[in-house]
Amino acid sequence: MVNPNVQGKSYPETAVYLVGREKIREFAKAVFSSNPVNHDVFAAQAAGYTDLVAPPTFPVVIQEQSLQQALADKEADIDFSRVVHGDQRFITNRPIVAGDELTSVLTVALVKSLGAHSMVTFNTEIFDKNKSLICTAISTLVVRGEE
Amino acid sequence: MNLEALALGQEVGSRIFSFTRDSLVKYAGASGDFNPIHYRDDFAKSVGLEGVLAHGMLTMGAAVQVAVDWLGDSGKVIDYGVRFTKPVYVPLEGSAEVTVIGKIGAIDLENRTVRVDLTASCAEVAVLGKAQAVVKL
Repeated sequence: MVNPNVQGKSYPETAVYLVGREKIREFAKAVFSSNPVNHDVFAAQAAGYTDLVAPPTFPVVIQEQSLQQALADKEADIDFSRVVHGDQRFITNRPIVAGDELTSVLTVALVKSLGAHSMVTFNTEIFDKNKSLICTAISTLVVRGEE
Repeated sequence: MNLEALALGQEVGSRIFSFTRDSLVKYAGASGDFNPIHYRDDFAKSVGLEGVLAHGMLTMGAAVQVAVDWLGDSGKVIDYGVRFTKPVYVPLEGSAEVTVIGKIGAIDLENRTVRVDLTASCAEVAVLGKAQAVVKL
Protein backbone atom coordinates (compact mmCIF):
# COMPACT_ATOMS: atom_id res chain seq x y z
CA MET A 1 0.00 0.00 0.00
CA VAL A 2 1.17 3.50 -0.83
CA ASN A 3 1.67 5.58 2.29
CA PRO A 4 -1.26 8.06 2.38
CA ASN A 5 0.87 10.50 4.39
CA VAL A 6 2.90 11.41 1.29
CA GLN A 7 -0.10 13.20 -0.21
CA GLY A 8 1.00 16.81 -0.66
CA LYS A 9 4.71 15.95 -0.55
CA SER A 10 6.97 17.69 -3.06
CA TYR A 11 10.40 16.57 -4.17
CA PRO A 12 13.47 18.70 -4.94
CA GLU A 13 13.75 20.32 -8.36
CA THR A 14 15.34 17.95 -10.88
CA ALA A 15 18.66 18.65 -12.63
CA VAL A 16 18.51 20.74 -15.81
CA TYR A 17 17.50 18.73 -18.89
CA LEU A 18 18.76 20.19 -22.17
CA VAL A 19 16.38 19.31 -25.00
CA GLY A 20 18.35 18.23 -28.05
CA ARG A 21 17.25 18.14 -31.67
CA GLU A 22 18.19 14.52 -32.12
CA LYS A 23 16.25 13.52 -28.98
CA ILE A 24 13.17 15.24 -30.41
CA ARG A 25 13.65 13.46 -33.74
CA GLU A 26 14.18 10.12 -32.00
CA PHE A 27 11.06 10.58 -29.86
CA ALA A 28 9.01 11.81 -32.83
CA LYS A 29 9.93 8.71 -34.85
CA ALA A 30 9.12 6.45 -31.92
CA VAL A 31 5.56 7.85 -31.68
CA PHE A 32 5.02 7.63 -35.46
CA SER A 33 5.00 11.40 -36.00
CA SER A 34 5.16 12.56 -39.58
CA ASN A 35 4.69 16.21 -38.62
CA PRO A 36 7.50 18.27 -40.23
CA VAL A 37 7.86 20.64 -37.22
CA ASN A 38 9.13 17.63 -35.21
CA HIS A 39 11.77 16.67 -37.79
CA ASP A 40 12.75 19.61 -39.97
CA VAL A 41 14.25 22.78 -38.43
CA PHE A 42 13.26 24.89 -41.45
CA ALA A 43 9.66 23.71 -41.25
CA ALA A 44 9.60 24.50 -37.52
CA GLN A 45 11.01 27.98 -38.13
CA ALA A 46 8.57 28.59 -40.97
CA ALA A 47 5.78 27.78 -38.50
CA GLY A 48 7.12 30.41 -36.11
CA TYR A 49 9.21 28.33 -33.70
CA THR A 50 12.84 28.92 -32.81
CA ASP A 51 13.79 25.28 -33.38
CA LEU A 52 12.36 21.75 -33.66
CA VAL A 53 9.11 21.28 -31.73
CA ALA A 54 8.75 18.31 -29.38
CA PRO A 55 5.65 16.10 -29.85
CA PRO A 56 2.75 16.67 -27.38
CA THR A 57 3.71 13.71 -25.17
CA PHE A 58 7.44 14.51 -25.02
CA PRO A 59 7.12 15.96 -21.46
CA VAL A 60 6.87 12.33 -20.34
CA VAL A 61 10.67 12.20 -20.68
CA ILE A 62 10.94 14.85 -17.93
CA GLN A 63 8.12 13.28 -15.93
CA GLU A 64 9.95 9.94 -16.05
CA GLN A 65 12.97 11.53 -14.36
CA SER A 66 10.92 13.25 -11.68
CA LEU A 67 8.90 10.08 -10.96
CA GLN A 68 12.12 8.22 -10.19
CA GLN A 69 12.37 10.35 -7.04
CA ALA A 70 9.01 9.19 -5.73
CA LEU A 71 9.59 5.57 -6.76
CA ALA A 72 12.90 5.60 -4.85
CA ASP A 73 11.31 7.25 -1.79
CA LYS A 74 11.03 4.68 1.00
CA GLU A 75 8.46 6.82 2.79
CA ALA A 76 6.11 6.63 -0.23
CA ASP A 77 6.50 2.82 -0.37
CA ILE A 78 5.52 2.32 -4.02
CA ASP A 79 6.18 -1.21 -5.32
CA PHE A 80 7.14 -0.45 -8.94
CA SER A 81 6.75 -4.07 -10.05
CA ARG A 82 3.03 -3.77 -9.23
CA VAL A 83 2.49 -0.42 -10.92
CA VAL A 84 0.08 0.04 -13.84
CA HIS A 85 -0.34 3.37 -15.61
CA GLY A 86 -3.94 4.49 -15.02
CA ASP A 87 -4.19 7.81 -16.77
CA GLN A 88 -2.07 10.64 -18.08
CA ARG A 89 -2.59 14.25 -19.04
CA PHE A 90 -0.41 17.09 -20.28
CA ILE A 91 -1.54 20.69 -19.89
CA THR A 92 0.76 22.74 -22.07
CA ASN A 93 1.34 26.49 -21.87
CA ARG A 94 3.83 26.41 -24.72
CA PRO A 95 5.38 23.55 -26.66
CA ILE A 96 8.88 22.35 -25.78
CA VAL A 97 11.47 23.23 -28.43
CA ALA A 98 15.06 22.12 -29.01
CA GLY A 99 17.43 24.16 -26.89
CA ASP A 100 15.06 24.38 -23.93
CA GLU A 101 16.68 23.90 -20.53
CA LEU A 102 14.03 22.29 -18.36
CA THR A 103 13.66 21.59 -14.68
CA SER A 104 10.73 19.98 -12.92
CA VAL A 105 9.12 19.69 -9.52
CA LEU A 106 7.10 16.62 -8.60
CA THR A 107 4.24 16.76 -6.11
CA VAL A 108 2.11 13.88 -4.87
CA ALA A 109 -1.33 15.30 -5.55
CA LEU A 110 -3.50 12.44 -4.30
CA VAL A 111 -3.24 9.02 -2.67
CA LYS A 112 -6.37 6.88 -2.63
CA SER A 113 -7.06 3.28 -1.80
CA LEU A 114 -9.55 1.18 -3.73
CA GLY A 115 -9.87 -2.09 -1.87
CA ALA A 116 -6.47 -3.79 -2.03
CA HIS A 117 -5.21 -1.35 -4.68
CA SER A 118 -3.76 2.11 -4.28
CA MET A 119 -4.00 4.99 -6.70
CA VAL A 120 -1.48 7.75 -6.62
CA THR A 121 -1.59 10.91 -8.72
CA PHE A 122 1.58 12.87 -9.40
CA ASN A 123 1.81 16.39 -10.78
CA THR A 124 5.07 17.25 -12.50
CA GLU A 125 5.46 20.95 -13.16
CA ILE A 126 7.99 21.62 -15.90
CA PHE A 127 9.76 24.97 -16.07
CA ASP A 128 12.02 26.59 -18.65
CA LYS A 129 15.21 28.46 -17.75
CA ASN A 130 13.22 31.66 -17.10
CA LYS A 131 11.27 29.68 -14.49
CA SER A 132 8.08 29.96 -16.56
CA LEU A 133 5.75 27.01 -16.16
CA ILE A 134 5.50 25.47 -19.60
CA CYS A 135 3.73 22.18 -18.91
CA THR A 136 2.02 20.30 -16.11
CA ALA A 137 2.15 16.53 -16.53
CA ILE A 138 -0.42 14.66 -14.45
CA SER A 139 0.01 10.93 -14.04
CA THR A 140 -2.05 8.45 -12.07
CA LEU A 141 -0.46 5.12 -11.22
CA VAL A 142 -2.42 2.18 -9.93
CA VAL A 143 -0.46 -0.02 -7.53
CA ARG A 144 -2.00 -3.47 -7.50
CA GLY A 145 -2.42 -4.99 -4.06
CA GLU A 146 -1.01 -8.40 -3.09
CA GLU A 147 -3.37 -11.22 -4.01
CA MET B 1 -8.86 27.16 -40.32
CA ASN B 2 -12.51 28.16 -40.40
CA LEU B 3 -14.02 26.97 -37.13
CA GLU B 4 -17.54 27.80 -38.26
CA ALA B 5 -17.21 25.16 -40.98
CA LEU B 6 -16.49 22.39 -38.46
CA ALA B 7 -19.26 20.16 -37.17
CA LEU B 8 -19.49 18.14 -33.98
CA GLY B 9 -18.85 14.48 -34.67
CA GLN B 10 -17.03 15.24 -37.90
CA GLU B 11 -14.12 12.87 -38.51
CA VAL B 12 -10.75 14.62 -38.80
CA GLY B 13 -8.70 11.58 -39.69
CA SER B 14 -7.69 8.05 -38.85
CA ARG B 15 -4.55 5.94 -38.83
CA ILE B 16 -3.58 2.35 -38.22
CA PHE B 17 -0.36 1.93 -36.24
CA SER B 18 1.56 -1.36 -36.37
CA PHE B 19 3.33 -1.96 -33.08
CA THR B 20 6.13 -4.52 -33.30
CA ARG B 21 8.73 -5.49 -30.72
CA ASP B 22 11.04 -3.08 -32.58
CA SER B 23 8.55 -0.25 -31.95
CA LEU B 24 8.66 -0.99 -28.22
CA VAL B 25 12.45 -1.01 -28.08
CA LYS B 26 12.58 2.29 -29.99
CA TYR B 27 10.00 3.85 -27.69
CA ALA B 28 11.82 2.58 -24.57
CA GLY B 29 15.02 4.25 -25.74
CA ALA B 30 13.32 7.46 -26.82
CA SER B 31 11.31 7.88 -23.63
CA GLY B 32 13.64 6.41 -21.01
CA ASP B 33 10.99 3.94 -19.82
CA PHE B 34 12.93 0.69 -19.57
CA ASN B 35 10.38 -1.35 -17.63
CA PRO B 36 11.15 -4.94 -18.77
CA ILE B 37 7.43 -5.74 -19.17
CA HIS B 38 7.84 -3.95 -22.50
CA TYR B 39 10.58 -6.20 -23.89
CA ARG B 40 10.92 -9.44 -21.90
CA ASP B 41 8.24 -12.13 -22.05
CA ASP B 42 9.61 -14.04 -19.07
CA PHE B 43 9.54 -10.93 -16.91
CA ALA B 44 6.05 -9.90 -18.10
CA LYS B 45 4.69 -13.37 -17.29
CA SER B 46 6.38 -13.39 -13.87
CA VAL B 47 4.29 -10.35 -12.87
CA GLY B 48 1.03 -11.89 -14.08
CA LEU B 49 0.77 -10.43 -17.59
CA GLU B 50 -0.02 -12.44 -20.72
CA GLY B 51 3.21 -11.28 -22.31
CA VAL B 52 5.04 -8.20 -23.52
CA LEU B 53 2.79 -5.17 -23.82
CA ALA B 54 3.21 -1.77 -25.43
CA HIS B 55 3.95 1.23 -23.23
CA GLY B 56 0.65 3.01 -22.61
CA MET B 57 2.55 6.18 -23.42
CA LEU B 58 3.42 4.80 -26.86
CA THR B 59 -0.28 4.32 -27.61
CA MET B 60 -1.01 7.78 -26.22
CA GLY B 61 1.82 9.36 -28.22
CA ALA B 62 0.80 7.66 -31.46
CA ALA B 63 -2.94 8.33 -31.05
CA VAL B 64 -2.52 12.11 -30.87
CA GLN B 65 -0.79 12.03 -34.25
CA VAL B 66 -4.23 11.82 -35.84
CA ALA B 67 -5.04 15.26 -34.39
CA VAL B 68 -1.53 16.55 -35.22
CA ASP B 69 -1.80 15.40 -38.86
CA TRP B 70 -5.08 17.28 -39.17
CA LEU B 71 -3.60 20.45 -37.61
CA GLY B 72 -0.26 20.26 -39.37
CA ASP B 73 1.46 21.60 -36.22
CA SER B 74 2.05 19.54 -33.07
CA GLY B 75 2.70 22.73 -31.09
CA LYS B 76 -0.98 23.62 -31.17
CA VAL B 77 -2.04 20.80 -28.83
CA ILE B 78 -2.58 22.56 -25.50
CA ASP B 79 -4.21 19.86 -23.38
CA TYR B 80 -4.15 16.12 -23.95
CA GLY B 81 -5.31 13.40 -21.61
CA VAL B 82 -6.15 9.68 -21.79
CA ARG B 83 -7.10 6.76 -19.60
CA PHE B 84 -5.40 3.44 -20.20
CA THR B 85 -8.20 0.90 -20.31
CA LYS B 86 -6.70 -2.28 -21.80
CA PRO B 87 -3.14 -3.43 -22.49
CA VAL B 88 -1.90 -3.76 -26.07
CA TYR B 89 -0.07 -7.09 -26.21
CA VAL B 90 2.63 -7.19 -28.86
CA PRO B 91 3.58 -10.62 -30.23
CA LEU B 92 7.18 -11.75 -30.70
CA GLU B 93 6.58 -11.99 -34.43
CA GLY B 94 4.18 -9.87 -36.40
CA SER B 95 2.48 -6.84 -34.90
CA ALA B 96 -0.40 -5.46 -32.92
CA GLU B 97 -2.53 -3.11 -35.01
CA VAL B 98 -3.92 -0.09 -33.20
CA THR B 99 -6.63 1.81 -35.07
CA VAL B 100 -7.14 5.44 -34.12
CA ILE B 101 -10.01 7.64 -35.26
CA GLY B 102 -10.31 11.34 -34.42
CA LYS B 103 -13.58 13.26 -34.32
CA ILE B 104 -14.55 16.79 -33.35
CA GLY B 105 -15.85 16.60 -29.77
CA ALA B 106 -16.31 20.28 -28.93
CA ILE B 107 -15.82 23.66 -30.57
CA ASP B 108 -15.16 26.86 -28.62
CA LEU B 109 -15.50 29.77 -31.04
CA GLU B 110 -14.62 32.40 -28.43
CA ASN B 111 -11.30 30.86 -27.39
CA ARG B 112 -10.67 29.34 -30.83
CA THR B 113 -10.12 25.87 -29.43
CA VAL B 114 -11.37 22.54 -30.70
CA ARG B 115 -11.48 19.29 -28.77
CA VAL B 116 -10.58 16.24 -30.81
CA ASP B 117 -11.89 13.00 -29.32
CA LEU B 118 -9.76 10.00 -30.17
CA THR B 119 -10.74 6.37 -30.10
CA ALA B 120 -7.98 3.78 -30.12
CA SER B 121 -8.68 0.10 -30.48
CA CYS B 122 -6.74 -3.11 -30.95
CA ALA B 123 -8.56 -6.25 -32.13
CA GLU B 124 -11.83 -4.29 -31.75
CA VAL B 125 -11.19 -3.60 -28.05
CA ALA B 126 -10.82 0.00 -26.86
CA VAL B 127 -7.35 0.51 -25.39
CA LEU B 128 -7.73 4.17 -24.46
CA GLY B 129 -10.63 5.83 -22.69
CA LYS B 130 -11.61 9.49 -22.70
CA ALA B 131 -8.73 10.35 -25.03
CA GLN B 132 -9.19 14.04 -25.72
CA ALA B 133 -6.84 16.55 -27.28
CA VAL B 134 -7.66 20.25 -27.08
CA VAL B 135 -6.07 22.22 -29.88
CA LYS B 136 -5.66 25.96 -30.24
CA LEU B 137 -6.32 27.30 -33.71
